[in-house]
Amino acid sequence: MDANYKVTVKLTILVVGMFVFAIFILPPLYDVFCDITGLNGKTGKQYKAVSAGIDKSRTVKVQFLATNNETMPWHFKPMMSEIRVHPGEEIEVKFYAKNPTKNDMVGQAVPSVIPFKAAEYFHKTECFCFNNQPLKAGESAELPLRFIVDRDVAKTVNTITLSYTMFDITAAKAVSINN
Amino acid sequence: MAHGPAKGLTRWLYTTNHKDIGSMYLWFSFAMFLLGGVFALVIRAELFEPGLQIVEPELFNQMTTMHGLIMVFGAVMPAFVGLANWMIPMMIGAPDMALPRMNNWSFWILPFAFAMLTGTLFMDGGAPNFGWTFYAPLSTTYAPPSVTFFIFAVHIMGASSIMGSINIIATIINLRAPGMTYMKMPLFVWTWLITAYLLIAVMPVLAGVVTMMLFDIHFGTSFFDAAGGGDPVLFQHVFWFFGHPEVYIMILPAFGIVSAIIPTFARKPLFGYSSMVYATSSIAFLSFVVWAHHMFTVGMPLAGELAFMYMTMLIAVPTGVKVFNWIATMFRGSMTFETPMLFSVAFVILFSIGGFSGLMLAIAPADFQYHDTYFVVAHFHYVLVPGAIFSITAGVYYWLPKWCGNMYNETMGKTHFWLAFIGLNLTFFPMHFAGLAGMPRRIPDYNMMFADWNMLSSIGAFLFAGAQILFLYNVIATIRSNNKATAEVWENPEGLEWTVPSPAPYHTFSKPPKLS
Repeated sequence: MDANYKVTVKLTILVVGMFVFAIFILPPLYDVFCDITGLNGKTGKQYKAVSAGIDKSRTVKVQFLATNNETMPWHFKPMMSEIRVHPGEEIEVKFYAKNPTKNDMVGQAVPSVIPFKAAEYFHKTECFCFNNQPLKAGESAELPLRFIVDRDVAKTVNTITLSYTMFDITAAKAVSINN
Repeated sequence: MAHGPAKGLTRWLYTTNHKDIGSMYLWFSFAMFLLGGVFALVIRAELFEPGLQIVEPELFNQMTTMHGLIMVFGAVMPAFVGLANWMIPMMIGAPDMALPRMNNWSFWILPFAFAMLTGTLFMDGGAPNFGWTFYAPLSTTYAPPSVTFFIFAVHIMGASSIMGSINIIATIINLRAPGMTYMKMPLFVWTWLITAYLLIAVMPVLAGVVTMMLFDIHFGTSFFDAAGGGDPVLFQHVFWFFGHPEVYIMILPAFGIVSAIIPTFARKPLFGYSSMVYATSSIAFLSFVVWAHHMFTVGMPLAGELAFMYMTMLIAVPTGVKVFNWIATMFRGSMTFETPMLFSVAFVILFSIGGFSGLMLAIAPADFQYHDTYFVVAHFHYVLVPGAIFSITAGVYYWLPKWCGNMYNETMGKTHFWLAFIGLNLTFFPMHFAGLAGMPRRIPDYNMMFADWNMLSSIGAFLFAGAQILFLYNVIATIRSNNKATAEVWENPEGLEWTVPSPAPYHTFSKPPKLS
C-alpha cells in the first residue's frame, strides 16, 4: 500500500497548493495585472511628480463624474465637470461632498478611468480617494484631487473620463474599530 | 476469502466495497436528480405563461439557484463518481478501489452537504437566490443569511470530490492488472483519470472562492468589495477558472461511457482509440485557458477578447475528433438499437448541437447579444442533458444487467428513451429562439412575445420529468425481476467487466485476471 500512500500525499500537496494559489496568489496577481494594464480602469497609487516638462502642443479633455453607490445618501459632485489640460501639467480640481443625514458617516470613493488604455497614464499626485472620507452629520467638504496626464499618453486619446463612485463604509469602519 | 456483504443498515454505513459505494452514489444522485427536477418544474410551471401565477420572484430566484447547484453537484457529479466506483476496478482488473475507507467517507459526507444546502430553503430569508454561479456582490453584500450554510455545503462537496478523485487516480495508477498498460485501458477509465486530475486542480479553487466570500461576509475583508479596494470582477475570474474545467468534468466521463457503448452495438472496435485519448487530454488542457469566454461583456481589452475567443473555438477541434471517431465507429457496423445505444446515438447528435451553439457563443462580438439570454440556457442544457444525463442513463442501462444480474425491460427502456428525447428537445430547442429574440435568463415573468416558446418548453419539461419516473420504475422492476442476464449480457462486448458473472460477485478480481 506504499504506492497508494505516495500518490495520496502527492495529490494532497497539489490540492493544498491550488487552494493557496486561489486565495493568496490569484487576487494579488490580478491586482498587479490590472495595475500594469489599466484593466477595469483601475488607477495606480500616489504618484511622485517628475519634471518632464509640459507638452504644450496638444490638450486632452478630462471629464469628471461622481456617483453614489446604491443607497449612499451623500451629495457628491465634481466642482467642475471637465477641464482641458496639457499632458505633463499638474492640475488641481475639487469635488464637493456633503453628508445631509443626522448620522456621522464614512465614505470611500473608488476611481475608475475610461478608456482603459489611458488608465496607466493618468497619475494622481494627491487624491481624497487614497483615504476614506469621514463626514459628521450635516457636514460638507471640498475634496482635493491633483493629477497629471502623462506625456506618453497615446495621441489617439482626446478625452479621459474619471469617474468616482462613493461607497458607504460606515458599517465596515465600525466593524474594524471594534476588532 | 469469499464472503458476502454484511446484513442490515450497517452494511451501507460501514461498507468499503466499491460496488456498494457505487450503488449508493448512484441512488443518491438519482434522488438529487429528482429533487433538482422538481425545482426545474417549479420554474417551468411559473414560466408556462407570462405574468406571475405560482411563485413569488424571490422563490423563483431560489429555485433557479438550487436547481443549478443540485443538478451540477448533486446529480451529475456523484452519478459519474458512482459509475467510476462500480466500473473502474472491474475494467482494470482490480479487487477494489485503492483507498476503500476514504471511499466510504467521501460518499457519506455528501448527504450532509445536501441536507444543509436544501435546508436553507426553510431558513429566514430563504435559500441562496444568486444563481448557481453565485457572483459577488449578489452572494456577499446582498446575500440572504443562509449563504453561510451554502458556503459550508460547497466546502463539503468539494472535499468529497477531491477525496473521490484521489481515490480514482490511486486506483488507476496502482491497481491495474498486469499487462493493462495505460494505452490498453478502456476509455471510460482514461476519461475518468483526466477528469480526476481536473477535479483536483479546480475544486480547491472553488473552495478558495467560497472561503473568500466567507471572509468578506463575516470577517471584514474586501476581496470582492470595491469600497475596500477589492473587485467584483475578480470573483468572476476565480469562479470561472474553476467553472470552466468544471463543465468538462461533467462531460469527459460521458465521452468514456459513449465510447464503451457505441462499439458494442456497432459490433466494431472503437475507431481511433489513441486519438480519443489525446483529444480528451487536449480538451482538459484547453479548459484552463478559456474561462473568460463566460465574461466577454465584463469589459476586457480587445486582445483578451480575441485570445479567449480563439482558444474557445480551438476546443471544437479535439471535440470534433471525438464526434468523427464515434461516427466512424458506427459507419458500416452491424448496428442494433437497444436502449443504451439509442441514448448514445442521441448523445452524439444532440451534444453536437450543443457544441455548435457553444461555437456561436464563442464569437465574442456576437456574445454581446446572446449574453445572459435564454440562448445560453439552451446551449448549456443541450450539452448537459443529452451530454451528461443521457450518457449516465445509457451507462445505467448498459451495465445494469451486470450490476443486478437481470435484464431490463427493453420496451420500457425504449419508451423511456423516446419520451425523454422528445421531451428534451421540446423543452430546450425553443429556448434558442426565445434567447435569440432577447429573452433574459433568470426572470419569473416575461414579455408576451416569448409566450409561445415558453409554453412549449414547459410542456416538454413535464414530459421529460415523466420519462424519468418511468426510468425509476424500470430500474426497480429490473432489480426485482427474474429475467436472468448472461455474463456477457451483450453480443461480444469488449472489457474485463463482462468476464465476471452477472450479477457481479461482491468481490471480483481478488486474483488479477490474465490479459490476452
